[in-house]
Amino acid sequence: MRLPAKNRHSLNRKQTIWAYVFLAPSLLFFAVFVIYPTIRSFQYSLFDWPLGVPQKTFVGLENYRRLLTDDPVFMTSVWNTVRFTVGTTVPTLVIALLLAMALNHPQLKLRGLFRTVYFLPFVLSLVAVGFVWRWMLEPTFGPVNAVFRIFGIQGPGWLASQTWALPGVMLMSIWRDTGFYMVIFLAGLQTIPSAFHEAAMIDGASAWHRFWKVTLPLLNPTIVFASVIAVINGLQLYTAVYVMTGKSGIYGGPLNSTRSVVLQIVETAFRSLNMGYASAAVFLLFLAILGLSLLQIRILDRPFEY
Amino acid sequence: MDSARRITQPSAAGTYAPPSRNARRIAIIGLHCLLIAGGILALFPVFVMVTASFKSLAEVLRVPPAWLPEQLTLKNFREVFRQQPLYARYFLNSAIVALITVGSVLFTSSLAGYALSKFRFRGRNAIFIFILGTMMIPFEIRMVPLYVMVSDWHLTDTYLGLALPGLVGAFGIFLMRQFIASIPGDLMDAARIDGASEPGIFFRIVLPLSKPALSALAIFTLVGSWEAFLWPLLIVNSETMRTLPIGLALFAGRYLQRLDLQMAASVLTVLPMVIVFFVLQRRFVEGLTLTGLKG
Repeated sequence: MRLPAKNRHSLNRKQTIWAYVFLAPSLLFFAVFVIYPTIRSFQYSLFDWPLGVPQKTFVGLENYRRLLTDDPVFMTSVWNTVRFTVGTTVPTLVIALLLAMALNHPQLKLRGLFRTVYFLPFVLSLVAVGFVWRWMLEPTFGPVNAVFRIFGIQGPGWLASQTWALPGVMLMSIWRDTGFYMVIFLAGLQTIPSAFHEAAMIDGASAWHRFWKVTLPLLNPTIVFASVIAVINGLQLYTAVYVMTGKSGIYGGPLNSTRSVVLQIVETAFRSLNMGYASAAVFLLFLAILGLSLLQIRILDRPFEY
Repeated sequence: MDSARRITQPSAAGTYAPPSRNARRIAIIGLHCLLIAGGILALFPVFVMVTASFKSLAEVLRVPPAWLPEQLTLKNFREVFRQQPLYARYFLNSAIVALITVGSVLFTSSLAGYALSKFRFRGRNAIFIFILGTMMIPFEIRMVPLYVMVSDWHLTDTYLGLALPGLVGAFGIFLMRQFIASIPGDLMDAARIDGASEPGIFFRIVLPLSKPALSALAIFTLVGSWEAFLWPLLIVNSETMRTLPIGLALFAGRYLQRLDLQMAASVLTVLPMVIVFFVLQRRFVEGLTLTGLKG
């Protein structure tokens, strides 16, 4: 269905115009509500700007310097966020992968039921399950320690203890997210052509061998995708801490042991009303997200030809 | 359509080959036992939440715990609405914000995805990479300037203000572009030769053919909007404009000792998405399949 050359030319121009018309709402939105605020945010980070005060004072990189060298609470929040991210991403992805492989087993009965059950926690509102876990982890009458007691184990103080509060939040997080990554891995496993496994089996490869030499390399794009998302979500920890540790207007306790970077940023901006300082912290978070995402893609992503 | 069924069907991928038949049978039984144990762990918090919502406070606090309620009573649910009559309003607020967000995301994403996949023009790749790049910008970066903008425009405590940061999404554009690219371009060219207008082609050909991707995107956007917490927390001041998660957080925070009411309010909050999940379960999984592969 080729059109004459002259028509094709005017068609091209018409196409360009229509393409930009169709793109206009999105591009306008990104310009006004993504790019502009990002630039503003960077600009704020160079100023000392208490909210509500009209004049800002330019301080250059002073906010960044203070954050990195002179702010123990911020450093605590960084350390907590790192512990949370590592401590949730690794178990969540490992359990999710094992579950996905189990659910992909050809002789498994009730596959649909298992998938629904494991995915269900992810559908529940984070605020709601946050309060459920807050109660479940109650040291004296909470159900978790009640179950421990059945086995004669004295459970820890969980959210009341400085040592166990963050692991408590991590537990909730792992419980809620595993099903989501399981479904992602299941989708990835479906794309591996069965011929590879059959070939490996004919060659006499053991199940262990096939997992390391066939399944894992072929699942690599999915694994990279899942781990990048999991790390980004981990670094943005906020709602769970807000819900599970809030007590008479103080969050991130006991004694800052669950204070996350985003919680610290929100409180700096909207409680201490120090917009400039908060913006600098947000930019450090952005750099961490960007850096870690690229790093994961570099380390994990091995092109695999087949 | 069939991708969901594919998951439920046995495939040869991941097949184990233990030596003998007996050993294989034992392995299969063990696998089922492990999965059942894991399933109990996954459902335990849900069980605890639902049963507690029907219990009296004294029963909730009993040590050792009474796992099942002595009698089923809806008292707690009535009490939630009595203590916070606005709770019904929070459902409405969340639903309105979700409706605005889903409508806007579906419309803008499919338009942009169509332009980026079926039109040839200068700057196409640059624009696509730019849009993908915005995915790396975390919401917290935009938070303070957006807050200033929304305050300046007097949009705090409005539905538009609540929906604003999520009206367009790079992820949606990416998803729609990938999907529309798989629709044969001949269909559109034929319509063009028949004299159809460009908007006509979009509405009458592209949109109807994109239904699977649109419904997956609608579900993700709906869940995302329903879950939004930080932004509504910042810009809602009036009690009547709270969305459901904010309403629940402030309600439960006020009644920290009333676990019976907390759990009833939590059940009410999770119910809408649980219903959506069970009705649209296949589309959920299909949607994840659609996105997970191309990530």
